[in-house]
Amino acid sequence: MVTRIMNWFDDRLPLTATIERHLTKYPAPINMNIWYLAGVLLVVVLVIQLASGIWLLMNYEATAEGAFASIQYIMRDVEYGYIIRYMHTTGASAFFALIYLHMFRGMMYGSYQKPRELLWVLGWLTYVLLCALGFTGYVLPWGQMSFWAAQVILSLVGSIPVFGEELLTWIRGDYLISGITLNRLFAFHVVLLPLALIAVVFVHILALHEVGSNNPDGVDVKKFKDEDGVPLDTKPFFPYDVMHDLYAIGVFLIFFVTIMFFYPDGGGYVIEYVNYEAADNLKTPEHIVPSWYYTPFYAMLRAVTFPLFGLSAKFLGFVVMAAGIAIFVALPWLDRSPVKSIKYKGIYSKFFLALFVVSFFVLGYLGSVTSTPGRTLAAQIFTVTYFAYFFLMPFYSKYEKCKPVPDRVSLS
Amino acid sequence: MKKFTLALAIFLSSFFFSLGLSAAAGAPCGNYLSSDGSTKGECEEAYINPKDKASLQRGAQIYMNYCLGCHSLKYARYKRVSEDLEIPLDMFQANLIFGDQKMGDLIQIGMDSKEAKQWFGNTPPDLTLEAGLRGADWIYTYLTSFYIDDSRPLGVNNKVYENVGMPHVLIDMQGIQRSVCKQIPLIASNGGLKQDPLSGELLTGEKCGFLEVDNNSGELNPEEFAQAMLDLTNFLAYMTDPMKVERESIGTYTLLYLFVFTMLSYLLYREFKKDLH
Repeated sequence: MVTRIMNWFDDRLPLTATIERHLTKYPAPINMNIWYLAGVLLVVVLVIQLASGIWLLMNYEATAEGAFASIQYIMRDVEYGYIIRYMHTTGASAFFALIYLHMFRGMMYGSYQKPRELLWVLGWLTYVLLCALGFTGYVLPWGQMSFWAAQVILSLVGSIPVFGEELLTWIRGDYLISGITLNRLFAFHVVLLPLALIAVVFVHILALHEVGSNNPDGVDVKKFKDEDGVPLDTKPFFPYDVMHDLYAIGVFLIFFVTIMFFYPDGGGYVIEYVNYEAADNLKTPEHIVPSWYYTPFYAMLRAVTFPLFGLSAKFLGFVVMAAGIAIFVALPWLDRSPVKSIKYKGIYSKFFLALFVVSFFVLGYLGSVTSTPGRTLAAQIFTVTYFAYFFLMPFYSKYEKCKPVPDRVSLS
Repeated sequence: MKKFTLALAIFLSSFFFSLGLSAAAGAPCGNYLSSDGSTKGECEEAYINPKDKASLQRGAQIYMNYCLGCHSLKYARYKRVSEDLEIPLDMFQANLIFGDQKMGDLIQIGMDSKEAKQWFGNTPPDLTLEAGLRGADWIYTYLTSFYIDDSRPLGVNNKVYENVGMPHVLIDMQGIQRSVCKQIPLIASNGGLKQDPLSGELLTGEKCGFLEVDNNSGELNPEEFAQAMLDLTNFLAYMTDPMKVERESIGTYTLLYLFVFTMLSYLLYREFKKDLH
């Protein structure tokens, strides 16, 4: 019976072939470690965000007059509305925490190297879309921090020379941040960006299944196959990885639920305290900080304090900040190393990767506190070291001495 | 590789540790001086309990009688308050709702915000989410820090929120509180109390900004007033987060479920893993 149903479908849709290709016969390297969990957890969070987002949308009102009150309506009057909202706010932070881990994994094990360049570029695109989603979503509650973060971020467009101011007015749809701006950011947040994100994630996974997963050794597992043509150092994704992932999802959800139900504000990181006050365009909060996941880039923006070549400091800061996000896409072409994994790369690669991580965290901290001259100097230094990882990579990755890479994966 | 991971782990843990330390600093409570004069600007800790229904009911009573004239709770509804605080509907309606408002209504006020701005210099804010914005400790310290100051138009000032436009609404309850100077023991550079090297007597110095209530000037004694303000703080904290108790109980069950789920999925994973070796 089941076979007949499957046959009926297979004549009309490549159902069995798809299941085999992506699940039961997809070869996953046997030496994948804990870092490889971020990917599947990101998919889980994507589903959480889509589901909770749809339910929020049922009760949210996208007007300057009603947005803030409608959030409180969701929190108080909608049955279990607070669970849905906290799920979405916690999910936003989890999304970024996981995508940073996922990106770092790729950087550590050289997952962007040939033949995975396009896979990396698509992944980078999901990150950019996520940044846009985070920003537009953050504005929707229309609290003080929503309003002023929108004010600060959008005003960057105004710093573009010559036509910046007019572009800014066009983007805002008004001469200041208003309900019109809220409406358009809302449209982006609930339609355009999630659609694009789902599409890019889908293609990202297709590309992954075309080239195959990398592994901590960075060796090509497809080199050695058994008599059936199955790569030796792999296991089928289903059921082995799925069972493993299920267990990991359980552990992840324990953390997720703990924050969601017991610390929904996340100490002011998940929901900022200032956002408990409705937006007021006449009252600027004492210090405006972006969400924690943007703080490294915010620190870069503030680190540029001097005009250059007739360009304003603000515009240059904007460029540096955008470059900080954009530079990731160039990694496949910056890395000239013959080996993929940091395990077998030389001492310089290890040093610069560590320096990058340190810079990222220190910038993240600096972006979340008020600036002082000392902190600005620190931000400038760490912005330079952040970019040093990327810009010096063609040199140190080419000339350093690498360790010999084994033919097959090593199990430690 | 191991060393690399270890070094990163050490860096990250020390980083987050220092982040935690730096978050504890700051002076959120303005010029408020602790009763022993040792700290300035630190809020008193408000020991409130969202499960203490009696405290919440007393807090609601104070709020509806003293605060609601100016401060709305416009995101909350009367009915929810009466249900959550277990105040019978008819009793709530008779004693805590003024005017012709209905039980299902949002807790609005009749005061016009533009006129209020003229009277007080600023529109009195809605307080539904105040405890989320400033924290319960801040609210409690603020409520207990009004003092007589003849230089202000309303005759009172506040240590936590200097030159605030709000009158001391609870002055009958608390009595006359003044900002006074006191002789307090000096602290030596080693952290101990400073003594006279010859006589061994404790050295004292004058410090100003202490709060003191004139004896028997209020309806409540200082302990009763402090408790009343804790009740009011508790009520405002409840206002910001009315679902805290329910949320945490659902959270506990969810976690219990997830522990079982994770354990079972681990056992399943272990079974499948046997195939691979």
